[in-house]
Amino acid sequence: MARYLAKRIFYLALTLFLIASITFFLMKLMPGTPLNNQAKLSPQQIKVIYEHYGLNKPVWQQYVNYILDAAHGNFGLSFQFSDQPVSYLISSRIGPSMQLGGQAMIVGVILGIFVGSLSAIRKNTWVDGTSTFISILGISIPSFVLAILLQYYLGLKLQLFPIADWGGFSYTVLPTLALAASPFAETSRFVRTEMVDVLGSDYIELARAKGLSRMGIVWHHALRNSLIPLVTVIGPLTAAIMTGSMVVENIFSVPGIGEQFVKSILVNDYPTIMGVTLLYSALLCAMLLLTDLVYGIIDPRIRITGKGE
Amino acid sequence: MENAEENILEVKDLTIDFHTYAGTVKAIRDVSFHLKKGETLAIVGESGSGKTVTTKTVMGLLANNAEVVEGTVKFHGKDILKMSQKQLESIRGKDIAEIFQDPMTSLDPTMKIGKQIAEPLRVHKGYSREKANKQALEMLKLVGITNAEERINDYPHQFSGGMRQRIVIAIALVCYPEILIADEPTTALDVTIQAQILDLMKELQEKISTSIIFITHDLGVVAGMADRVAVMYAGKIVEYGTVDEIFYNPQHPYTWGLLNSMPTLDTAKGKLESIPGTPPDLLDPPAGDPFAARNPYAMKIDEQKEPPFFKVSDTHYAATWLLHPDAPHVEPPVEIKRRQEVYKQRLQAGTINQGHIHSTGNTRFGNDDDDAIGE
Repeated sequence: MARYLAKRIFYLALTLFLIASITFFLMKLMPGTPLNNQAKLSPQQIKVIYEHYGLNKPVWQQYVNYILDAAHGNFGLSFQFSDQPVSYLISSRIGPSMQLGGQAMIVGVILGIFVGSLSAIRKNTWVDGTSTFISILGISIPSFVLAILLQYYLGLKLQLFPIADWGGFSYTVLPTLALAASPFAETSRFVRTEMVDVLGSDYIELARAKGLSRMGIVWHHALRNSLIPLVTVIGPLTAAIMTGSMVVENIFSVPGIGEQFVKSILVNDYPTIMGVTLLYSALLCAMLLLTDLVYGIIDPRIRITGKGE
Repeated sequence: MENAEENILEVKDLTIDFHTYAGTVKAIRDVSFHLKKGETLAIVGESGSGKTVTTKTVMGLLANNAEVVEGTVKFHGKDILKMSQKQLESIRGKDIAEIFQDPMTSLDPTMKIGKQIAEPLRVHKGYSREKANKQALEMLKLVGITNAEERINDYPHQFSGGMRQRIVIAIALVCYPEILIADEPTTALDVTIQAQILDLMKELQEKISTSIIFITHDLGVVAGMADRVAVMYAGKIVEYGTVDEIFYNPQHPYTWGLLNSMPTLDTAKGKLESIPGTPPDLLDPPAGDPFAARNPYAMKIDEQKEPPFFKVSDTHYAATWLLHPDAPHVEPPVEIKRRQEVYKQRLQAGTINQGHIHSTGNTRFGNDDDDAIGE
């Protein structure tokens, strides 16, 4: 197990290194410069600024410097926010994104498992039809439409929750719901398909022959076996949602990282782009590793043996 | 017929339709049979003859698109077909248990086998986890799993096919059911393992005095296992009798065909007998005897009118017009004639079993106490 983990963590580091390298050169290919008022600056001033940030050196040297610094945990200074360290910029903004993403995943996945199971148990009835319809809506309605509808009805008309801004828990409700739509829809479709399969299998027939009640069968036998493939989807989905949605964060004025990322790309804030990209990648890789570990817990057939086979 | 009092299961005039997109499949037609305490009844027939549907009805586990058109399935006098879901659940696994064909897929892959064996006890007898586990362990030893104390915490994928079928048997028998339905329990196993599983079933049948309904298409297996045999064809029982009567004095041409296609050590090299043709389409079963089209001995009446059961002996009936007093005498296949010769000789010697049950049936393990095995 320890050997397996060590191997996986080594590959994780390697992946991050490759992503950092590729992103670095792609970023340099983007048109424009980090200066937003270039026309008004004299060549002298531009030279001073470039020297300050090390942008006057050859690209390969900038690359080597960046990788070495990053390996030591130094991700450079942001261009757009008067020399704030990127690490500080990220850490001060990741909180709201993680909270919203986490809440959205919990709400979406639990609701999805519930609705998906119900759909499978009542296959080809109106219950199944309705939940399929809702899931398809969840997948196909863009999050900004849902966000605005939620703001209008739950926020403005019913005055249940604040429309936007960031304060206590009540401020998180609407953005959480807007974000939860897609994990809910994905989970419920997935669980339905899987559980229909599982409910038709021989061991469920045996469970019925044992005299278990319908609920007992779903709870003790069908659920766990239906969740195995879901784990594969949830990992990457969690990473994607936790790192913030630009659209939802913008609409609800959430001071999160998603919004920040887009801004950084628009103004060529190289260190911030690199920093956020690496953060996303690290989170995704970590989720994939976690997925494999959780797999072993749920499904004894793929449990990792002591010898790391 | 036999004394009704000792029949624990009585199926009468059972007729079941399946509603499918293609139309109504008449899967079971007028099936009647009974099961006595301690006996083994084999139901034999080819795929699609309705064997499995019959047992699913007894378990109350028919698919949603099945409709019971007619008939009763009485367990100790109470009609299973009229029971609520709750009542059925309380019988399943406790009084009537089932073993399935494929041990590779009939165990939950994510649950420890000990827990799977203990489950019926927890559900039906409300045992505590410890008590149920303890009895599950005893059961595991009883079905011949070595190292049971350690293996009880293993998962199904850690066992071979034969071992898994032993575990399935343990699950089925853990509540000491009165009826065990074995739906082709050895079909998915290789021959040496088959013999072991059959021996185990016979041994356990005596220990816990259960009756067995044994579904199979393998007549070779039937000879060693059953007390009585019912032969099914196209959703109907065409002949039934004691195992000796069916094997040595068969009357229905379909039974002749089945026995004739069974290879023996004397079978000439290179040639296996078979029954030509395929079973009729049950979406639109033919009028008359459904076997008529494949029957070399078919007469005109076979295509017009379904034959009733003709009595051969008190325990032996066959539905073929050949037994009608007016029917011409026909010569059965050589192999069948050979068997009938044996039958005559054994009848004179008095070694033919006519309705007597092999196993004594009351050597129940300990006494009727539920904990007979546990403590």
